[in-house]
Amino acid sequence: MADLGVECAGMRLGNPFLLASGIWGESGESLAGAVRAGAGGVITKSIGAEPRAGYPNPTIETYSEWGLLNAMGLPNPGIDEYPKEVAIALRAGAPVIGSVFAGDAAGFAELARRMAALGVAGLELNLSCPHAEGFGTEVGSEPRDVEEIVRTVVRSTRLPVIAKITPNTTDPAALARAAERGGAAAVSAINTLRALAINVRLRRPVLAHGLGGLSGRAIKPVGLACVWQIYEAVSIPVIGVGGIATAEDALEYVMAGARAVEVGTAIAFDGIAVFERLSRELSGLLDELGYARLEEAVGAAHPSKGNAAPASAGRGAISGAR
Amino acid sequence: MRTVVRVAERVEETPSTVTLRFPYEAPAAPGQFVMVWVPGDDELPMSLSYVNGPRKGVTVKVMGATSRRIQQIGPGDLLGIRGPYGNRFDLSPRRILLVGGGSGAAVLAPAAEAARARGGEVSVALGATRSSELLFRERFSAMGARVEVATDDGSEGHHGFVTEVADRWIADAPFDVVWTCGPEVMMRKVLASAAGRSVPVFCSLERHMKCALGMCDACAFGPFHVCTDGPVFSAEQLTRAEDFGRFHRDASGRRVPL
Repeated sequence: MADLGVECAGMRLGNPFLLASGIWGESGESLAGAVRAGAGGVITKSIGAEPRAGYPNPTIETYSEWGLLNAMGLPNPGIDEYPKEVAIALRAGAPVIGSVFAGDAAGFAELARRMAALGVAGLELNLSCPHAEGFGTEVGSEPRDVEEIVRTVVRSTRLPVIAKITPNTTDPAALARAAERGGAAAVSAINTLRALAINVRLRRPVLAHGLGGLSGRAIKPVGLACVWQIYEAVSIPVIGVGGIATAEDALEYVMAGARAVEVGTAIAFDGIAVFERLSRELSGLLDELGYARLEEAVGAAHPSKGNAAPASAGRGAISGAR
Repeated sequence: MRTVVRVAERVEETPSTVTLRFPYEAPAAPGQFVMVWVPGDDELPMSLSYVNGPRKGVTVKVMGATSRRIQQIGPGDLLGIRGPYGNRFDLSPRRILLVGGGSGAAVLAPAAEAARARGGEVSVALGATRSSELLFRERFSAMGARVEVATDDGSEGHHGFVTEVADRWIADAPFDVVWTCGPEVMMRKVLASAAGRSVPVFCSLERHMKCALGMCDACAFGPFHVCTDGPVFSAEQLTRAEDFGRFHRDASGRRVPL
């Protein structure tokens, strides 16, 4: 059985599958449930300074197999109410990463400081929600803003800081480089792609907010391209996210350069049991390909790594292919 | 994806409760719910009060601004529907006690009809604030169920809580199962009555919902999500949810005492 354990941004993960922010993250018991279901770590809902109801429904549009469109609008109970949820989540034993959002660097730093005090293992900065006025993409689209926010947060905490990068830009790698300059321990990519659905019979957008973010299988190739470019551009770890529903999806991200991956929308289609299945199938896939450890496969598809074959493998037909 | 439906019929069931019937083909089972979108307004989870065939129905009580909007909707108006979602009542038990409070009868009525169609014996303890608010009383009687009512103001039937009727019945008669829907304080009393008499109880619950897909966590309830693990929960499951009868979560996810 291949070793799925990874070291990422100073955190030791039993497997590379993290619960993505926004999914199952409002309640501590849900976060703990994701750990029990096999997540290697969990990322909280993005928490802000104040309680926030988010947008009215409809907040979601579903597509049969290939994805979801959502505009939740960053609902969260606020940092004052959140400690009790984190305390419950921590009891499950896996790393809990606190996701935070704010409108400026000082706001991020204050939330990061308060989240860090709750005992989380790391912080993820939401610089990429595509549909919340004044937050997310609106503060995370310019490299200099990303660098300033990350630098300010890094100065306020000793915890590893992960910058979650938007794909809704021409050059995600430039944002990742900015995060690295600011002192980020890792970058995660991607958040959802800005998207829209219209109901023709009602002649109106489906989502109450109009624009939303697309997630799920449809966005995997986009996420892979971003991770690929970011891996070439930075030397800090990359966490891949976007459309991962199978072990092969995950390994694509790893070979594109990700050290860990986040899983979200797959839970809507396969339930929380998806974590156990992903680990089991990834282990089998690595065995089949001759990898003893997942970490050997990180970036393996990059020519700069010589399209690295498994260190532990012989000249199998697959591992030897160029 | 949502299906846009045209409302076919509007029935005022009680002064505060309205049923909307509309064509919706997707197969559904008693206990399940749909997400009902009022275009230009909110989208809410609603248990199906009519589940059979292509003409489904929901029964709405005025509680917030959107349910007031829904109450104004009539034949010809358009709704967006998705679902059905959630689990269902197990219809196999033979002797069934239903305990319904207020609009809780909306989800119990189709379950009772399905149980009757399988030859089940159905008894209904039906409660409301006053006589005129007793929901689906004639519907329960028409299906051949034994019905006893309770009203808070004593305007009809037992003057007091419906749980007092239920407690007496559970003590006197052997039931194979109890199904209940209504305020959580009411359902807690039903659970207490059944505890120690080895009658299984199933409760249909309500929580704030957004995605209805088991993802967004808006309806987090103990270790469960009401949208995918419920809305029907066993008494045993409810012992593992500290939320039950104590708090719900508002749209931001904050705990709000019930």
